[in-house]
Amino acid sequence: MTSEVSNNVLTTYVIGLADDALILGQRLSELCSRAPYLEEDLAISNVALDYIGRASLLYQYAAKLIGGDTTEDTLAFNRNEREYTNLLIHELPNGDFAFTLAKQYLLDVFNNHYLDALKGSTDTELSAIAHKAIKESNYHLARSKPWIRQLALGTEESNERLVTALAEIMDYVNELFLMPAAEAELLGEGISIDRTALKDTVVNEINELFKSVELQPLVLERTIQGGREGIHTEHLGHMLSDMQFLQRSYPGLKW
Amino acid sequence: MMVAEPIPSLTPEFAERLGRRQASEYPELWNYLDDVYDPELPGVSLWDLGVLQKIDVNDQKIHVTITLTYSGCPAVLTMQEDIVSCLNKHLPEHVVEVEVALSPAWSTDAMSPDAKQKLRSIQIAAPNIENEVRCPLCNSLETKLISQFGSTSCKALYQCQQCSEAFDYFKHF
Repeated sequence: MTSEVSNNVLTTYVIGLADDALILGQRLSELCSRAPYLEEDLAISNVALDYIGRASLLYQYAAKLIGGDTTEDTLAFNRNEREYTNLLIHELPNGDFAFTLAKQYLLDVFNNHYLDALKGSTDTELSAIAHKAIKESNYHLARSKPWIRQLALGTEESNERLVTALAEIMDYVNELFLMPAAEAELLGEGISIDRTALKDTVVNEINELFKSVELQPLVLERTIQGGREGIHTEHLGHMLSDMQFLQRSYPGLKW
Repeated sequence: MMVAEPIPSLTPEFAERLGRRQASEYPELWNYLDDVYDPELPGVSLWDLGVLQKIDVNDQKIHVTITLTYSGCPAVLTMQEDIVSCLNKHLPEHVVEVEVALSPAWSTDAMSPDAKQKLRSIQIAAPNIENEVRCPLCNSLETKLISQFGSTSCKALYQCQQCSEAFDYFKHF
């Protein structure tokens, strides 16, 4: 990096991406041993693991940029709710199975497009992480997409639950397509990705599937936002208190 | 439907790794590491799996570069420890460092042809480019996906329609 300022901006960007991955991974891992049946349990746990692994790579990179005593663990376990900058959709509670899968499907479509673009980042580290992560996201989508079809066309109840879930998630989707300050600043150097440019492609892909299973299209009229500025829903604090409990009670404890 | 097993061909990714191994100044180190196996895949060495990339020696320091399979794969820690203890067994006076590199991104195309045979011998279907999944027991191609995610990140769960056996498929990645 050319200056200290742009180094800070890059760190902010990387931590944002890392927080997205960790918070979603942690949320999904809550379902380990609680999924509706064994194969789904394995699938959800595997997806959670992929996201936590992705977060680990991004935090390692951020820790390297920050230097000093910072490690991936201090970033994950020693920051408060307001210091977390994940986009809000990632912290939403799992709800029922339809809610978990609806959220996952929307994020899988988004991530496949986002990571595809990030592969071309001028930042070699981010590009390498994207090359790795997109292969995983391909498999995630291959699982979540048929589930949307199955829930939509399954029983009256599964359809109803899916429709309810989508209505609830809808307002959190648009935040994925807004440009936070740090990301806007890095766009010129080709480091970050223009989220606004992905919107039509992502929404069209989702709506194409929705149309084929007679679901109402996604309409992004309202936006609940604030994640990148550290303004969260009530749910994040509860999750962090559980996730960080050990390191908060016994600082620096190692297994 | 019984179909003869196709002869595994050399992928460009594997050929490139093989070239690096053959050109290395330290063939004995590569040979030592042939004894380090994936903790979840008995008999499949790190070389076979395609994660072993590079070995450099500087004075008393051995620097081994491996690539990560899946981002969250917990086996990578065991792999690092096993590499260190294997090399220290042969060369106790050396310091061994293992670097986990992101690039080149690991792919199942980097596996050795041997790896695919070995996977079949432990009843795991080998990855292939066409994504035609062959039952490791009866060789039938009439197989059905049960779950995209199996016992580890790298595997999916399948069932053979011919012999009814359920088996792991090592996903093409």
